[in-house]
This record gives sequence, C-alpha cells and structure tokens, in this order.
Amino acid sequence: MRRKEDPRLLTGRGKYAADVRLPGMRHAAVLRSPYPHARLRAIRRDGALAMPGVFAVVTAADLGDVARIPLRMGQRSPANPALQPPLARDRVRYVGEPIAVVLADSRYLAEDALERLDVEYEALPIVPDALRALEPGAAVLHDEAPGNIVDRLVTTTGDAAALAAAPVRLAERFTVQRHTGVPMETRGLTAAYDAATRVITLWGVAKVPHFNRRVLADLLGHPEHLIHFIELEVGGGFGVRGEFYPEDFVVPWAARRFGHPVQWVEDRREHLMATNHSRQQFHEVEIGVERDGRILALRDRFVVDLGAYIRTHGVVVPELTAALMPGPYRIASYSSEALCVLSNKTPTGTYRGPGRYECTFVRERLVDLVARELGLDPADVRRRNFIPPEAMPYDVGGGSLGQKTVYDVGDYRSAFESALDALGYEAARAEQTAARAHGRHVGIGIGCVVEKAGLGPWEYARAEVDATGHVVLYSGVASVGQGIETTLAQVAAAELGVSVDDITVVHGDSASVPYGVGGFASRGASVALPAALYAARKLRDKIVRVAAMLLEAAPEDLVIDGRRVAVRGMPDRSVAFRDVARAAIPGPPGMDPGLTASHFFEAPKMTYPYGTHLAMVEVDAETGQVKILKYVITYDVGKAINPMIVDGQLVGALAQGIGGALYEELVYDDAGQLLTTSFMDYLLPTAMEMPVTTVARILEETPTPLNPLGAKGVGEGGSSGAGAAIANAVADALAPFGVMVRSLPLSPDRVLALIRMGGPEMAPHTPNARSVPGNP
Amino acid sequence: MKQRAIRVTVNGRTHERTVEVRRTLADFLRDDLDLTGTHLGCEHGVCGACTIVVNGEAVRSCLMFAAQVDGAELLTVEGLADGERLHPIQEAFWEHHGLQCGFCTPGFLMTLYCFLREQPDPTESEIREAISGNLCRCTGYQNIVTAARAAAGSLRAGAS
Repeated sequence: MRRKEDPRLLTGRGKYAADVRLPGMRHAAVLRSPYPHARLRAIRRDGALAMPGVFAVVTAADLGDVARIPLRMGQRSPANPALQPPLARDRVRYVGEPIAVVLADSRYLAEDALERLDVEYEALPIVPDALRALEPGAAVLHDEAPGNIVDRLVTTTGDAAALAAAPVRLAERFTVQRHTGVPMETRGLTAAYDAATRVITLWGVAKVPHFNRRVLADLLGHPEHLIHFIELEVGGGFGVRGEFYPEDFVVPWAARRFGHPVQWVEDRREHLMATNHSRQQFHEVEIGVERDGRILALRDRFVVDLGAYIRTHGVVVPELTAALMPGPYRIASYSSEALCVLSNKTPTGTYRGPGRYECTFVRERLVDLVARELGLDPADVRRRNFIPPEAMPYDVGGGSLGQKTVYDVGDYRSAFESALDALGYEAARAEQTAARAHGRHVGIGIGCVVEKAGLGPWEYARAEVDATGHVVLYSGVASVGQGIETTLAQVAAAELGVSVDDITVVHGDSASVPYGVGGFASRGASVALPAALYAARKLRDKIVRVAAMLLEAAPEDLVIDGRRVAVRGMPDRSVAFRDVARAAIPGPPGMDPGLTASHFFEAPKMTYPYGTHLAMVEVDAETGQVKILKYVITYDVGKAINPMIVDGQLVGALAQGIGGALYEELVYDDAGQLLTTSFMDYLLPTAMEMPVTTVARILEETPTPLNPLGAKGVGEGGSSGAGAAIANAVADALAPFGVMVRSLPLSPDRVLALIRMGGPEMAPHTPNARSVPGNP
Repeated sequence: MKQRAIRVTVNGRTHERTVEVRRTLADFLRDDLDLTGTHLGCEHGVCGACTIVVNGEAVRSCLMFAAQVDGAELLTVEGLADGERLHPIQEAFWEHHGLQCGFCTPGFLMTLYCFLREQPDPTESEIREAISGNLCRCTGYQNIVTAARAAAGSLRAGAS
C-alpha cells in the first residue's frame, strides 16, 4: 500500500510553512537574548527603524497587557507559575528568549536590522542547571516559584517498608542528557489579516491546530470563528513542533496590527535555542530484590530540569516518567518523587517517548545491575519479573494525564522471547565470548519497554460524498509526516467499499474541520482511525438508505462497488454515488439531509504498547567509538493497519533513540550559553551511524480491547528503549574494564572517560553526576 | 546592496534576473523563481535538504550565491519527473517508503541522481556513504538505502 501523500512530496509540490508567498508580505526576524539571565533596561529601536526596507519593530510594550502562554496539558499547580510571555518585558531568563521582532521587506533586511536594535541588559546571577537551582542561595528565576521548584510529584504504591526489608538492595544515580526532537523543517508561520472580514488566517500550524486556535483567540481577544488555521505539509513533529510558542502569538498579532501578511521562518540556530528542549533528568534510584532476582521494591527520586519557563506541557514529562517507571515488571512496592525545577536554559516539553525514554534507561540499567550483582543472566532476571498476560488489565499504581496507569493488555514475556529469538541470543553470547578472546569489546544490551499511546480524550471525523460522487474524509488529527492520510483513507475505504484512491483526506484546516484534538501521543491509529471508521460506517448507512429509496430495494440487498450502489446480483439495477448524493438532499423523511456523517470517538483510557530492544555493539577502546553491530526491536502494536508505515515508525524512531544514546546533547557552559547551535555541534545520526542489520518485528499478539481496530499506536516505541539497550550493551562490552555507565549520551569522549576511570562496577558515581540535594 | 545580472537555466528553462550579490542560490530558487521544492533545513551546509544539481554536480544551494551560477545549467526536484511520469528514483522512494514527512526528500533525490550516474551499481555501504551528507529525521535511512538500490536497478535496466 503506497502512501497517498508521496507523489506531491516527491515532486517538490508539497507546500511547507516557508513556502507560502503572499502579496505585500513582510518578513519577521526575532531578536533573542544573548544573556541567560538579565534585566532589560532599555530597548532602542531608532537605528533599526531608520534602515531602508524596515517596516516595524515590535516589543513587549507594543503588545500591551497580553496574558502569558497557557498550559495545554499536565495542569496540576493551581497558580500555573512561571509561564512564558510572548515577548520578554523586563527580564530575560534564557539564551534565545524572544525580546523583539523586526518586520522588513525581506528576511535579509530584517536580520540586518536586528543588529541595529540597541538593548541595554543588566546581567543577573544565573542558575546554570536544575541541581544548582536547588542549592541554598541560588538565584530565584520566578517569584511565584520559590526555590525554583514549580512542582513536586509523589507516587507511592504498596508497602513502603518493603525496600528496607529486601534481602539485596542496590542504589545508583543515573542522568539523561538534554536533547530534543529536531525535525528537519524548522518552525515557520505566515499570518494574514483581512480588514474587511476581520479574518486572521495562519498557515503552517501543526500538531494541535484546534487547541492553538482557541489559545490565540483568547490571547488576541479575537473571535475564534474569525481565525482560520491551515496546516500545510509538516516536516516532522516529534512532540516539539506545533505547541503554542511565543512566535505563534506575535506573528498573527503583527499581521492584524499592521494589516500586512507576516511570515516568520525559524533558522536552525534559533530552532536549537528556541524550540522545546527535552529529556534532562537526574535520578537517584534504589531497588530491593530477592536473591533469585525477583524485584520487591523500587524507589526513585529525580530532578527534572524544565528550563526557564513552564511551557504548554507543564510537568507532564516527569509525570510520565514516574507513571511508566515500573515498566513491564511486577513491582509490589514502588515510590517516586519528582522535583520539577527551573534553570536558565531553554524551556522544555515532550519529545517522542517523553518520560519513557528516560525511565526505561534508568530501570533497565538497574535491572542489569541486579543481574550483575547476583551473577545471573540479565535475560533471566527479566523473565522472573514480567507481569504475566493473565494479570491484565494491570493496575500499576500511580497515573498520568489524569488517568490511572492501567495496562490494557500485554504478553511482555512473549515479545521479549521474540526479540531474543530474532537476535539469536545464545549465539550472540557465544559470538561475544569469542570476540572477547580476540580482544574485541562486544556487548549485548536489553531494553524492555512499556509505552503508552492512544491518548484521548476524543477525535473527530466526518465522511462525506459530494455532489460529484467523490468521497471525502475529514479528520481532526494532524499530520506530522507519519502517513496519516493513507491510513485514514484505508480505514474509511474498507468500511465504505471504495478504493483508497477514491478518498480525499482533509485535515488541519479549521474551516472544513470544525473539531479536532490533533497529532501527538501515538494517537492516530488508536483514536483518529476509529473515529474515521465510525464516521464512514454511518455514511455507508446513509448511502444505502438513500440508494434503497432510489432503487426501490431493501437496504440489506444492496452492495457498494466502484462508487456505485447496486442490488446484489443485479448490476444493471444500480445508482452512482453522485446521484445518491444529490437525492440525499434533503433525502428520505427522518434522515439528516446530505451524504455526510460525523463521529466523535472517545478514548477515556490510554493503550500500552510494549516490546523489547536488543543492541549488540562493539566498542573501540582506543577511540571510544560505539558501533552497533545488530539491533532488534519487537513491538506489539495490537493491529498494524499499514505494516509498511508501522515499520517506518519503528526504524525512524530508533534513529532518534540511537541519537539520544550516542550523539545528541544540548550542551550549556557554566555561563549559561548554549554551545550546540548548529548541526556541526548537535550531531544527528546519518546513514553511516545506523546499524546495517536492523530487525523490526511487528507483533499483533494482543489487540487492545479499547477500540474496534485493536490498534494501540506505534509512534514512540522504536525510540524509548534505545537509550537503555545501547547503554546496557556498552556497559556489557566494557565490563572487563569495570566501568559503570550512569549517563547518556555515550559519545566517544564519555566512553573514553569511563574506560579511564574504570574500577569496580559499584564505585562512587562520576563527578559530573551531581547528587540530588536532600537525598541520602 | 550590490546587484549582478545573471542568466541561468533551471529545469530546461532559461531565466534572466538581477540579484543581490549576497542572495543565496537557495533563496533565489525559492523566492525569485518560486521553486519551493528545494528546502532549507540548516542553512549551514550540513543537512543536505537544499541539494540541487549544478552543471551535473550535486551542490548545497544554501552555500552558494545566485551570482555564482551565471551561465550554469541547474536541475531541481521540480525537474526530476518527466511530466507526470516519476523519475525511477522517485518511484523507488514511493515504492519502498523512503520518505515520511518529505522535507529532506528533495535533497536525497538530487544527491542520488548524481551519485547513481557516477556509480550505477553501488554496494549498500557505498550508498550509505553517498547519502551520509544528507540528514533525515523520520526514516532511520533504512528504506532510503533500499530505495536507492532499487532505483539503481531500474536505472540500469532502463539504460540497457
């Protein structure tokens, strides 16, 4: 099944955010703070305004009394402290914070003018990271967040005394580095204002267009129905694109204020400092086990570095970290405490597998340490702890996103054994032994994952046949390049008895799709597709009902084929969709007029897809290079609507997971400057870094009972086990050196440092992994 | 700002324009000729999304000035298909799911267009090396490599 999207994308006809051209369009460039923390004493714009081609300069003073950008999810704290304003008014808190926007006749002129804006800064003491933010005497970033703490999330389940009573206890510290989604298309937005109709049109919106339209309407004080959002092609999302950012307010504000279309396209340097960062956490974790490896208790305390402001995701990433930390294992006693802390760095949000990439790394490293401590095969320790399929649905204790964590369905052991089988685990161990005998450092690492997907609360779809007999499916979902048009068409086509090519899919346009939630949280297959299924089913009923009237036949005797409705076995007694559509207005008495049907599919419970990652790596002990020899993922998606797309999601997510494990890091120096502002510094995996032997096994052993398709969602599981599996493999490879892998990424310099430090496996933590204050 | 008159043939059509000397070739194609199929992913020559063909060589159009292509023959993604008939490389990407969001795709297609003319029967590792200057954040490259091999096969079959 080839994708419907591809012909236009392959020929350069797809229109992305930066491809909009409007007459009279002004180009925006954003002045960003070079200081991590400073008071703004004055902004002088005369020099910039005097330049030819410069049209306007916008600062916070021009915006007036505009509210700060609200949360979209993760709403817990009553006061919503530390939200970000669209433009900094009197203080900046991270390098890259927007201060002013220049509008000019071209981007070139707008950037020239940025250099002529004269801003007076008064540098303030900085909080370089979340751990130092908690130290006594640290500068306070926001008055409403004393001690720089915005929230403390606590989860407890089971007997709190179980840990102390466990026969074997291990404690460790783990850190996951700051890194993020980095789609190949940077953000971009074009806004136009029609003074006659007062309609504001925005091109280049993404992910959650309907929610953002409401936010914009509120912030602008503009009627929602006079705001038109248009999505265009989306060059990758990964969680970061499409949240409501400062520019999402300023660009349409400027279009309305000045009456000219305004286009802003982020450059890559801006992207790396302005778009959400993610992942940075510091864990102190303790596990209690039986001598046979059975886990009795787990206690985690962690600090999450949220950056300088709370953006739209609130504290949802730490919440998800805590909720999914137990993973596929039965752990009777579990407690978690998360401190959500501010620092003078770019604000953070979700990135593909939010919380799960982090917690899977911590948990799976710990399980390997248990195996090592007890002299067991890490595979056997996992076998002794999996939640069995008959325990489903399984209440983990704790929750996230307003739901209890209840695994819907799963056979974790089966997905695990399938991965071992795909790798040839025993043979791989033998190969490892042989390699070691030749002085090669080969290691095998396991990362078992329980993901979460299918976040509701609902999705909307509408299916129609137009007066020319063409079928259109409207969906409230958003594209992030994943091929959702194709799978929506597949589901609707199967229901309607037409071909996929017969269906036009429309999404991301607020004028033709009145309701929608969007494209995130692996919700396409499990929430958007069922909505399409039911809308198409309702439409089919109407088609048949009207055709029955026209053909004077019983509805149950009718069949649909080739956009015609015929009496079964009598192809000459048939009627075309176009005639059915015309007869449907107003149609038979009692029927809602028109061949149109909509459906809201409600999804009050999330799905929990799962699987296992296996990495076989070789470490060059002289250069510190990690080469992935083989990689295996098994992933149970319940039902793969389009296996080609599912496979693409798994392997694509894996590339990002490998990036996080080995290469990617947003590095700040002690002065709060972001050092990784280009692709020479922030390293994405290329085709050379991806393992040549990659096996992605799609499992459909346990369809979810939560929707009629059985599909759980697939966007994230290819990533979330990669940090764990690769770290475990590197630790395994370097076991002869007695190294302890506590942090990511395992870049060559880090690997060499580990080898140099060496020593016994449970030696004190590395100096760069700071202690979490307040913890023993 | 200093201007220069240039004459350039893009996808078989000749254009005469006056450009600022600092105007990048990518911006010239996208803004002056409205050929927005050439994408900008980094504007510092790493990601390869803006790759086009200049006088038979794959180049990064973000790293060249429009003024440098005076008299040159250019091919962009818009010129790859023959009318509605896709080029075999495009066909192979479609068939083997060699793209997801599609943003980096034009750069990969143009890189491979040049590479497969130089090396019509490449090994997998030669393909990986050939595309190592193009970043993709969606696919994990596996299907791009598969598509490139398939494209090489159909180009060879077409040539014989």
